[in-house]
Amino acid sequence: MRYVIALPFLWLGIFFLLPFALVLAIALGTNAPDSVPPVDLGIGLKSFTLLFTDDLYLAAWLTSLRIAATSTLVALLLGYPMAYAIARAAPRRRPLLLMLVVLPFWTSFLIRVYAWMGLLDENGLLNQFLRWSGIAANPGTILGTEWAVQLGIVYAYLPFMVLPLYAVLEKLDVSLLEAAADLGARPIAAFLTITLPLSLPGVVAGCLLVFIPAVGEFVIPDLLGGTETLMIGKVLWDEFFTNADWPLASAVAICLLVLLAAPIALFQRQQARGPEPARERRR
Amino acid sequence: MIGRARFAFTVLGFGYAFLYLPLALVMIYSFNESRLVTVWGGFSTKWWSALFANEAMLQAAWLSIRIAFVSATVAAIIGLAAGYALARAPRFPGRGLFGSLVIAPMVMPEVVMGISMLLLFVGAERMFGGPERGFLTIAIAHATFSIAFVAIVVQARLADFDHSLEEAAMDLGATPWVTFLTVTLPLIAPAVASGWLLAFTLSLDDLIMTQFVAGAQSQTLPMRVYSSVRLGVDPQINVLATVIVVVAACALIFSGWLTRRKV
Repeated sequence: MRYVIALPFLWLGIFFLLPFALVLAIALGTNAPDSVPPVDLGIGLKSFTLLFTDDLYLAAWLTSLRIAATSTLVALLLGYPMAYAIARAAPRRRPLLLMLVVLPFWTSFLIRVYAWMGLLDENGLLNQFLRWSGIAANPGTILGTEWAVQLGIVYAYLPFMVLPLYAVLEKLDVSLLEAAADLGARPIAAFLTITLPLSLPGVVAGCLLVFIPAVGEFVIPDLLGGTETLMIGKVLWDEFFTNADWPLASAVAICLLVLLAAPIALFQRQQARGPEPARERRR
Repeated sequence: MIGRARFAFTVLGFGYAFLYLPLALVMIYSFNESRLVTVWGGFSTKWWSALFANEAMLQAAWLSIRIAFVSATVAAIIGLAAGYALARAPRFPGRGLFGSLVIAPMVMPEVVMGISMLLLFVGAERMFGGPERGFLTIAIAHATFSIAFVAIVVQARLADFDHSLEEAAMDLGATPWVTFLTVTLPLIAPAVASGWLLAFTLSLDDLIMTQFVAGAQSQTLPMRVYSSVRLGVDPQINVLATVIVVVAACALIFSGWLTRRKV
């Protein structure tokens, strides 16, 4: 058992934990465009102060948080009814319904974002449809706006919302709802007082699974957002690959890590409490 | 009851339409005659022949498949160990940290993991002169974030079946190692296999971490797709999307069959 624990411990320690120390070290250094790698090591907070004083970077932080929060909310409003409907479907149909939610996750993320490019383009299929049906003669272009980014995030992360919600809703004891109905509670009241509170762990897990990666999202704002939507993941990418400013990119990574530490810790607590071993339940 | 059925039908109809309509349109337009992806110019399979004659794309795909195979195998072994430790090990010092290390890569924004891994490899190169960035570094990066997914599947499977089977084997004199090989492993093999498949597809699809840790020489499939897609829609990408969706559907059905099979 000692080796069983040591193997993943070592691997993740070396390849996951240790690198963060390096990121911090680089973030404290200064940019040196002429050397390879382009960093002068040292202790300086220049990159960090720049991140929190420059309007451009501040705007990127706020935009990222706002977009991630609204996308998470929309995904919840869309995913909860879906998870509820699947959990209440006939047991023999559930595996298929669930598989249909999971399938997009198994296809390519990049391809799914790409799919929206052809839809949201100025002469894309959505606008063609709007013109043809007469709903709007002169629809604007959604591609390249914040709307497109939010739509993309909801679309890409919806399976992550539905799965944890389904897991709690499926286990929900239906007799509780029957009892509530027998005692005269209307469906809405029963939902608000029984189903919703009992499904809260799933709500929290689903929201975190969408919110945390969405804050640092790069592909979606890059492909759907155009130049006007500045998200922090894209800032990190551009500073690193376009400007070759390693310290600044590292500082963004450290800040992102600190910002997301609380939600990540919350998610881990949820996971650890998660499904208790079967043997304990049986006793 | 009719009201409830109609509610479920509407909700699921809308939800699945939202999930699948964009993909369906991409697939349909892979058979489009026109170069413009949004204008239907008649049925044609010319983009299919174009993709399968696209040497650079095929090479990238082959590299991606080899990386995915190696990284999924590593992730399956380490993820199996991690999932087993989480489900079966009694309390041990550092268990909290261990749990966090296993789970965190699942939600960590990829740009953060990408830059941190690259800095690790750059540091290693300075100190030890290697490894050279390319196949190996990409495979290590992919394995690192896939471990979490394998571990969770394995842990769930272990939590689902009875510990007394293992206890019985040990009472009858089997060593822990023999017990693991003859009782535990056969029981959780489907979970390990479906974890391997998941790790394989995650690796095949990863762009961000790959872009950070890939050297100048190696170009994986997602890197090629990304550089092509940045310039706008491209019918060959539609063909590729169709292939990926079909393959993913087969992999998922196979994985579902693996995990649902009665033990």
